[in-house]
Amino acid sequence: MIVVFSLFLLSLLVVTAIAIVRSENLFSAVMLSGIFSLLMALNFFILDAADVALTEAAVGAGVSTVLLLGALALTPTEERRRKRERKVAATLVTVTMIFLAISYASFDQPRIGDPDAPVHRHVAPWYLEQTPELIDIPNVVTAVLGSFRGYDTLGEVYVVLTAGIGVLFLLSAGRPGLLPHRREPRIESSLKSHLIPHVVGRVLIPFIVLFGLYVQFHGEYGPGGGFQAGAIIAAGIILFALLEGEGAALKVLPPRVLVGLAIGGALLYLLVGVACMLLGGNFLDYSVLAADPVTGQQIGIILIELGVGLAVTGTLLSIFHAFAAREQ
Amino acid sequence: MEILGLYNYWVFGALLMIGFFALIARQNLVKKLLGLSIFQSAVFLLYISLAKVEGGTAPIILDPTAAEIFSNPLPQVLILTAIVVGISTTALGLAIVVRIREAYDTIEDDEIRRLDRRS
Amino acid sequence: MSLEAHIPALPVIVPLLAAPIAAYLRPRHLAWAAATLASIASFAIAVLLALATRDGSIHRYAMGGWPAPFGIELAIDSLGALVLLIITGASTLAIIAGRETIERDIEPHRQPLFYAAWLMVVAGLAGIAITGDAFNVFVFMEISSLATYVVIAAGSDRQALTAVFKYLIMGTIGATFYLIGVGFVYMMTGTLNFADMQARLADIPYVAPVHLAAAFIIVGLALKAAVFPLHAWLPNAYAHAPHAVTAFIAACSTKVTILVLLRFDFVVFMGNIAEHATQFALFVMPLALLGILFGSGVAIFETNVKRLLGYSSIAQLGYILLGASFVDRAGLLASVLHIFNHALAKGALFLAIVALGHHLTRFEIRDLHGIGRRMPWTLGAFSIAALSLVGVPGTAGFISKWYLIVAAFGQGSLGLVLVGVIVASSLMAVVYLWRILEPAWFAAADPVAAGAADDKRVGEAPVGVLAVVLLAAALNVWFGLVPAFPLELAGHAADELLRHVP
Repeated sequence: MIVVFSLFLLSLLVVTAIAIVRSENLFSAVMLSGIFSLLMALNFFILDAADVALTEAAVGAGVSTVLLLGALALTPTEERRRKRERKVAATLVTVTMIFLAISYASFDQPRIGDPDAPVHRHVAPWYLEQTPELIDIPNVVTAVLGSFRGYDTLGEVYVVLTAGIGVLFLLSAGRPGLLPHRREPRIESSLKSHLIPHVVGRVLIPFIVLFGLYVQFHGEYGPGGGFQAGAIIAAGIILFALLEGEGAALKVLPPRVLVGLAIGGALLYLLVGVACMLLGGNFLDYSVLAADPVTGQQIGIILIELGVGLAVTGTLLSIFHAFAAREQ
Repeated sequence: MEILGLYNYWVFGALLMIGFFALIARQNLVKKLLGLSIFQSAVFLLYISLAKVEGGTAPIILDPTAAEIFSNPLPQVLILTAIVVGISTTALGLAIVVRIREAYDTIEDDEIRRLDRRS
Repeated sequence: MSLEAHIPALPVIVPLLAAPIAAYLRPRHLAWAAATLASIASFAIAVLLALATRDGSIHRYAMGGWPAPFGIELAIDSLGALVLLIITGASTLAIIAGRETIERDIEPHRQPLFYAAWLMVVAGLAGIAITGDAFNVFVFMEISSLATYVVIAAGSDRQALTAVFKYLIMGTIGATFYLIGVGFVYMMTGTLNFADMQARLADIPYVAPVHLAAAFIIVGLALKAAVFPLHAWLPNAYAHAPHAVTAFIAACSTKVTILVLLRFDFVVFMGNIAEHATQFALFVMPLALLGILFGSGVAIFETNVKRLLGYSSIAQLGYILLGASFVDRAGLLASVLHIFNHALAKGALFLAIVALGHHLTRFEIRDLHGIGRRMPWTLGAFSIAALSLVGVPGTAGFISKWYLIVAAFGQGSLGLVLVGVIVASSLMAVVYLWRILEPAWFAAADPVAAGAADDKRVGEAPVGVLAVVLLAAALNVWFGLVPAFPLELAGHAADELLRHVP
């Protein structure tokens, strides 16, 4: 039964993707891509990747959709129709050929779920065996993310920070005076005037933020961690901004504080690593943070997850406000 | 049944190519970015499919003594990173699109190229 | 642990520490100072590492204290150290020379963000050069790419935006292809560490996924490195970026990708796919030759100086790949040496453009008419760097071309054709550079040229800028006369790469 269901969900992904590409109205394309992300999250869940599913739902369906809508408020929302599309035939031939190559190679690949596949034989079992002993937290994904491959995660935080810096840099440029700025219908105000979303939304916000905090501090035990928490909390505050207006949200968290959060989070992560060096370990070797290496690892992971959460919340909100501010 | 174990790979290939098609053949810049995120999502599906172990469960070890089967944590960690990379790219791309719209008054690639040639 | 043991990790930690601080620093001059200091510090570390790898040793560092392949390992060999030296050196010179033009072209409140993004480029590229982990390459590639998009988009005309959007699309396709390739290799081996991949790939009974992985990785990286015919993003990105940014990225960013390409292909695939050396040569050599001829050919007819130099970079990448496609010691040595020497020549040329940018607003060839009379020192430096690009004896460019030609003769009957292409392309370089230099030295200023220097402000660039430009030109001569140091590193790099080829 579950097999049939997962095949159906996978097929639905393809259908949605085609619909996104074909849709000429960008609003509906954006909505469809939100649905695409939710479907993707469901697939991840069926494939036993709870952490990834949570992230895909929060980031793909939540934050990404809001950012796309924020950008659409500043750009035309209809794709222009053309009499003759360029490059379509040649592109179709190319993609079909690559698809066939991928499918051909797939017959030599291990079947999905095969426990004897090389992927499950080498490094992965070591993580599953050693995590209870070396780090002693239940969620192995958090252990690998925070400690064994903590350097990747540091890089990831800096990717987010770079994007935040980039968006702020791009959208703080002076506007060219040549073009009259045409106002597109604003999404924010449309929510404000509707009673039911307003009331329901207001009730929801505290729970969303609370859930975000739970995900942040429960990441060692269940699915969750800094990224998911950051995305969820940011989504909650964005909802607040949509309901109460930009100004109210910025009064609670001014732009400079948000940038400070983003930068502070990234620096916290990095400085935990540097502290490990000063205490005699390698960079990001949390074992030296406490007398007992296992406790040290746990302290380190909690600290860096906090850094991740702060950086992600700060950056996502900064990006959202940068788009919204460009409208005014 | 044997063949069904490869279905994920084919869906990966199909999504990858749908996204790629949108990137190359569509002229609207927002549409290109949507294509880009389908393109990247396909890779997420590939990695997460690798992580699946038949009869397994999410890699959260609540009782180390119990003999449970877990899915592979490593691809999941990698894809957490990749998802964040994806949204970062999209955000930056959107900011560039907004600036292009302000500078050219259009976000259709062929029109922009026409304007660039004229100048 | 002593500080010394941590040196391999510092090239990344220093810029990563300084970047967020620079973003928050006010006034903007402090942000510049922080970025410059971090850049100089990274350069000093790179010099230490380069000296340490002179004996061919590899310096490893276990991130988080976890041994490879379970944790991420840094592995700095001569190739990594050499590229690291280029990255940090180019960043330092460009950021010092670029201060005034950046101050002029970017609004004050945006400058701290710009310098933060600049440091992210340094950190990302450095991270790629020193890591021994395939997925870690992807993460740092994304840091450097996103940051590069930001600094290019700082260009002052609107075409910078379209150029950067194109770069973003193509760069992301390249990085995603790389990620797919890594995924397939991981699928077949269960590991992400380069060395470990090599060891475990030997026992794989199936070849189709590995071939597919090789294809995705090579095409993806070629796209990011602007290898012909996947170069479409490069000329406009170079032409419309701020001058200082062009000087920085033209010297190093595509070369870092070439490093990953060489490392992945030689370490992981060469020993494990039957006939891969032949496949690699058959795939890379034609592209390299076409790229050489195409890049030089288009450059001859290009009228914008910065875009012209961009096309010339496509040709020069062709030389680098041509050497690698021989899959022997002489070829690889020439290839790695050319990575270094081309960075010197192209970096110096674009630094001279930064200096010229103090007086010129546009860079069509006719805008440079007669500039030699007003800025003789700058144009002198430009000319020396141009000689190095052509490969005139006495300059750095000559050394690597000489080694490349010697390596080409080792290719048997094909050698003559290869040498013919190299010589023809060098002559084409003479043509396109002469098209710039002849009127710049000898013609009178074109009164209709919109970007020409206005007579009241005529004169050399500020002393500090000029000093950097002259230093860069002098380095081209120095390493043309005393090439021992880069030769030594390139030799070890070639040996290290070939160690994995059966």
